[in-house]
Amino acid sequence: MGQYIIRRLLMLPLILFGVTLLIFGMLQFLSPEERAALYIKDIPKNPQALEGVIKRYGLDQPIYVQYWNWMVGVQDPNTGERTGGVLRGDLGYSRTSSVPVAELIRIRFPATLELALWSVLPIVLVGVWLGVLAAMHHNGLFDQIARVFSIIGWSFPTFVFGLLVLMIFYAKLGWFPPGRLSDWAAAVVRTPEFHNYTKLITVDALLNGRVDIFWDALRHLILPIITLSYLSWALLLRVTRSSMLEVLRQNYVTTARAKGLKESVVIRRHVLRNALIPVATITGFVVIGLLNGVVITETVFNYPGIGSAVAKAALQLDVVTVLGMTLFTGTIIVVMNLVVDVMYAVIDPRVRLH
Amino acid sequence: MEETRQEAQEPQGIDALEFKDPILSRPQPWLAKKIGIENYRILRGLVKNPISVAGLIIILFFVFVAVFAPVLAPPYPNRDPYRIPRDGFRPEPQAPMSEWKRRQPPLPFWWKTVTGRDEWVHLMGTASGQWDLYYGVVWGTRTAFRVGLIITASVVFLGIVIGSISGFYGGIVDNVLQRITDIFMTFPFLLAALTLSAILTPRIGKGIYPAMVAMIAFGWMSYTRLIRGDVMSVKNRDYVLAARALGVKDKRIIVRHILPNAIYPTLVVASMDVGSYVLSFAALSFLGVGAEVGYADWGQLLSFARDWISQLATYWYIVFWPGIALVFFVLGWNLVGDAIRDVMDPRLRGES
Repeated sequence: MGQYIIRRLLMLPLILFGVTLLIFGMLQFLSPEERAALYIKDIPKNPQALEGVIKRYGLDQPIYVQYWNWMVGVQDPNTGERTGGVLRGDLGYSRTSSVPVAELIRIRFPATLELALWSVLPIVLVGVWLGVLAAMHHNGLFDQIARVFSIIGWSFPTFVFGLLVLMIFYAKLGWFPPGRLSDWAAAVVRTPEFHNYTKLITVDALLNGRVDIFWDALRHLILPIITLSYLSWALLLRVTRSSMLEVLRQNYVTTARAKGLKESVVIRRHVLRNALIPVATITGFVVIGLLNGVVITETVFNYPGIGSAVAKAALQLDVVTVLGMTLFTGTIIVVMNLVVDVMYAVIDPRVRLH
Repeated sequence: MEETRQEAQEPQGIDALEFKDPILSRPQPWLAKKIGIENYRILRGLVKNPISVAGLIIILFFVFVAVFAPVLAPPYPNRDPYRIPRDGFRPEPQAPMSEWKRRQPPLPFWWKTVTGRDEWVHLMGTASGQWDLYYGVVWGTRTAFRVGLIITASVVFLGIVIGSISGFYGGIVDNVLQRITDIFMTFPFLLAALTLSAILTPRIGKGIYPAMVAMIAFGWMSYTRLIRGDVMSVKNRDYVLAARALGVKDKRIIVRHILPNAIYPTLVVASMDVGSYVLSFAALSFLGVGAEVGYADWGQLLSFARDWISQLATYWYIVFWPGIALVFFVLGWNLVGDAIRDVMDPRLRGES
């Protein structure tokens, strides 16, 4: 067990190295002056100054030198100050947002995290529940409905779904507005009396004892949560269902039934425990899928997270920003994959043997 | 609960050997002899399953629209037909059936017979900037097929090449290729495609190609895994060893002896992914990095709705028409794909 985890941990830097290589490779499509945004804020227009910048940051050097510079940054010979350097957490400057990319991530990420955290629970609980029901009524009416539901769920693009719910619940009924907060609530949040403990507005609102702000933030979150959820429900439903059906065929389940156990006990004690193992892995993928889904969902709902920031930067071809954020997301995913794998080994002893 | 209990008693292990396949044990019809019993079984499963029949009908409908696009929505003569004609430049969308005022494209011949009118109208309304939705939806069908088929064919090709090399040679080659695959798989597909598309757009120019190349570059990995597994299961069979003993070159062994026996399941599964690629491409267009403004593409048309979020109740048609086309297109492929997966799942073999 310990050995397995250590082996996986040792792989981590290697994979991260590969991830940086891929990002760096994509950076090579850019011209040297575009890449200067990795180090400085204002790229000079005049060719001589530009030449100086390219020289100073080694943008005309061989690729491995450039990679090294990109990783650890470049030291200014006069001031001794270091600029750039992914390892130092400096991802360059965002042309479209006029702040460093790392700063942009720091501002935008809490909103995305809040949305993702609020989405995970309904996704997993409802998805698994639907899957168990479908398996228990295999080939029955509920199973058929669930099947149709999941195929339609798969076919419904997130942004069409998002636009539809906006059409109904915002444009028509006016219940759930897009954005993150109403203007009055945003004004309150900016005042010094409101303490930002976690940067997650729903949590902070409760910590500050402002139920009205909590409610306002939730009102803005509900539609994005539903939009992020329905696709994952379709996936979880299918995985849980087929995993349940597989376990239900096992001999030990027949034995349990032959012993005269109640069906509910058989399902809970004997079937669910084994059936949920693949579901646990899929849940990891669902969380990763959320990071994918937020790009679209945040754009549709005008929600100020990193997803909408990436989309906006990509639209204006601000590649340094997009790549910086992709690197950030990729790193999160690598770490999360590791956590999922380790959890998987903890849940299912059979994995450790391989 | 009765049903589940019965299922648990299905013959398993040794007992299953005596289980007769109701299709295999039947006298074979001529079609089965022509295309092979396995293909025949899949085809039969598709035609008998109402779900996949519904899917096939939907796909056929879109094929019809795509083929007859010039008849359904005639383009301006001598102009790129994928540019949507526009009726002026006003920002406010116009409702369906409103009159076409400026630069009317040629009238379809059936219009007068059906409605008795001489003027062309905006059948589905217009988007902001007066792009005609009907024209965009009809020609968008062609874009959807083009995008879906080209991307699917390309990623499957890449997957076959990389996967068969990886599976055939094994050892260090396999290890390196699989780690590269791992790293490509790290990135969420849509985010990676968005990134690469933003990089490629200034380099290969606007249009649908940057996004397509980006999607291909980050789409091949799962097929590589599938093919690799299948190649590994086939490569030690007797006939492959025999070919090796005869001194046949590696490339020839892979192409002539291994692939024909290994790629079939992957091809079938992949062919059903057309829908999901069209969906992702539409998503990129919606974000503004796929097809450019005014290109006949469903995702691009839907992106016009972003300007009118608070008035969507009035301008519902910007979302409705391209949205319904996209949903049904993807649904058609998914319905057939779902049925194929069932037919091909060996555990379900023999069930009706």
